[in-house]
Amino acid sequence: MSAANLQLDRQGRLLHFLTVEGLSRRHLTEILDTAESLRGVAERRVKKLPTLHGKTVVNLFFEASTRTRTTFELAAKRLSADVLNLNIATSATTKGESLLDTLRNIEAMQCDMFVVRHPQSGAAEFMARHVKPHIAVLNAGDGCHAHPTQGMLDAFTIRRHKPDFPSLQVAIVGDILHSRVARSLIHALNILGAGEVRVIAPRTLLPAWVESLGVRVFHSPQAGLREVDVIVMLRLQRERMERALLPTEQEFFQQYGLTEERLALAKPDAIVMHPGPINRGVEIDSRVADGPRSVILEQVTNGIAVRMAVMSITLGNHARPLEEDA
Amino acid sequence: MRMAIEGGRVIDPAHQTDAVTDLFIADGRIAGSGQPPAGFVPERRIDARDRIVCPGLIDLCARPREPGQEHKATIASEARAAAGGGITTLVCPPDTDPVIDEPAVVELIRRRAKAAGRVRVLTLGALTHRLHGERLAEMAALKEAGCVGVGDGGRTVASSRVLRRALEYAATFDLTVFLTPLDPELGHGLAHEGRVATRFGLPGIPVAAETGVIARDLELIRDLGVRVHFGRLSSARAVELVARAQEEGLSVTADTAVHHLYLSEIDLSGFDSRCHVLPPLRGLRDLDALRTGLAEGVLGALCSDHQPHEPDAKQAPFGDTEPGISGLDTLLALSLRLARDGILPLSALLARLTWGPARILGLDSGHLGTGALADICVFDPDAEWRVEADALRSRGHNSPFLGWELHGQVTHTLLEGQVVYAREARE
Repeated sequence: MSAANLQLDRQGRLLHFLTVEGLSRRHLTEILDTAESLRGVAERRVKKLPTLHGKTVVNLFFEASTRTRTTFELAAKRLSADVLNLNIATSATTKGESLLDTLRNIEAMQCDMFVVRHPQSGAAEFMARHVKPHIAVLNAGDGCHAHPTQGMLDAFTIRRHKPDFPSLQVAIVGDILHSRVARSLIHALNILGAGEVRVIAPRTLLPAWVESLGVRVFHSPQAGLREVDVIVMLRLQRERMERALLPTEQEFFQQYGLTEERLALAKPDAIVMHPGPINRGVEIDSRVADGPRSVILEQVTNGIAVRMAVMSITLGNHARPLEEDA
Repeated sequence: MRMAIEGGRVIDPAHQTDAVTDLFIADGRIAGSGQPPAGFVPERRIDARDRIVCPGLIDLCARPREPGQEHKATIASEARAAAGGGITTLVCPPDTDPVIDEPAVVELIRRRAKAAGRVRVLTLGALTHRLHGERLAEMAALKEAGCVGVGDGGRTVASSRVLRRALEYAATFDLTVFLTPLDPELGHGLAHEGRVATRFGLPGIPVAAETGVIARDLELIRDLGVRVHFGRLSSARAVELVARAQEEGLSVTADTAVHHLYLSEIDLSGFDSRCHVLPPLRGLRDLDALRTGLAEGVLGALCSDHQPHEPDAKQAPFGDTEPGISGLDTLLALSLRLARDGILPLSALLARLTWGPARILGLDSGHLGTGALADICVFDPDAEWRVEADALRSRGHNSPFLGWELHGQVTHTLLEGQVVYAREARE
């Protein structure tokens, strides 16, 4: 069974959120519309909805992350769920426990949702395959494979600024090879019918067959950024230099860093995005990161709404068969 | 014991025999076919009507997991699986624990295999000490202990200097060197570098990880005139390189694993850890080229690359699982499908499973000539079976072919004239 099928029930409703790939425009629009309706919650005096009251969400992070875990935690709390944060990287698995054992133990604590981050591609899917049927699994990033809520929050942010997807030209710049964010966003944009998705990177940071993801490849920002509506910069990790993928951070910034000059190649109303945390002076110039076109902090805010949407949709769909039976 | 296998379609590729006839066995050897030798009175008869009688299969790469990983399987458990699959000889690569780099380990395996009976277990000795690729192994002693060749198992000798010396040293003792080409640097990934790895975010293993090493090795072979066998080829380009070397007259042979003829990168979909293998499952073009290479004889043998695992080894996210497929039980039936699909004639196919590997090993076996050891496989080519976990005799149930409907079921396996497996008593 493929991930796309695994995360849907027989009626095609979302039970888990493991990858954007294989979903329909209807699924994505449902997430975006629900997120839109939930976005206002943060502006209320009481920032809470009772949607997940009595439910327990477990953040199972096998890889360190503050930002993503916090936004998932906040999203769950705003929906009135109880939240448990487990940093597995420093506990069970280092004592030799298998992932399946960890899963069974946490399952025994009567939880309803696992938010999983894991360094191996396919880990969230593995967990979804093995959890009890009442549990929803959300992928909070697995290896270089997928980070679907990030992809959707990027799509959400883009839609708020530029709702006409068919006319959009989106450029994603940087380490596509290792980026689960890029893969999820590319799938989301293609499903939503974006006019063109471009990737801009040196060949060492592009996977083989990258075109098969449905993108146009550029090695030069001068060509790739021309007339685009959206620029998505990706985080560059320092270890890429050690692994001989790049010579130096300086050269990367000189060749691919987003400066005001390069931004000027895009459309005048183009927006600048970044999944964070940003490396100033490595992939993006501070003046651009903090400039008027940057929507980077807005992405963080939107991330909570999108995660609330995905949580309420998946857990709602899990609850549905029981209600129908009753 | 004197035995007659009666009325079967005897296919002996080595002698280009394909005829319905009787086969006679005495004292563990083939006593003749067609007419019984003078005064021959069988003590046992096997009714082989509607069945095929061929030499016992010789599997060039199977890991019984003993010594060192008995929690996965043992020589005894895998000998049962081999016998049930019509395999009478299997070759165990040296990457056991301890490594086969000293005669004591060869002796240990021989003793365990003898105790288990059912299958002949041959060993490959290490090419380098501890398979570390730095110092030469004691190849002469390993040969004397009974190793049929040398190699570093799944590892590639990274240093060209060490490899050159190792090839020369092996040639001194007339040893065939068995190499599994995978560049340790470029091969450091999880899946074929292609569309699927790109989509799934799995680190890719390019074809060059295989072909770069083969190209280097061929240059050394050309210089040194040594005998080399490349095991488990996975790519079209590798087949092409080997074919060219063979045309040039170099002493080079090669095999592939049967799963590479049926599965491709596409089968990784759903992160199916049962399809996690090394070398990785490649593209459909590679699969086709391997089939052609087998049909044309560039690949002179087809093996199981049997790697049984305990369930936990495959119950994890893809990258945390161990590579390998349990293949002894399905080697024959999967291979037969190639003949059914018209990829190559049945006799040629059986040659790749019997006579072909015997020649690569330099053994006088894998054929049914008078006087040969009576290692025989009798199978019903039309018997249909479904690959289910409980139908597998191997202790490892890690097969991506579970659920497949296959044709071809072994009814009898004879090792040196002794019935080591009998499915039914229609005798």
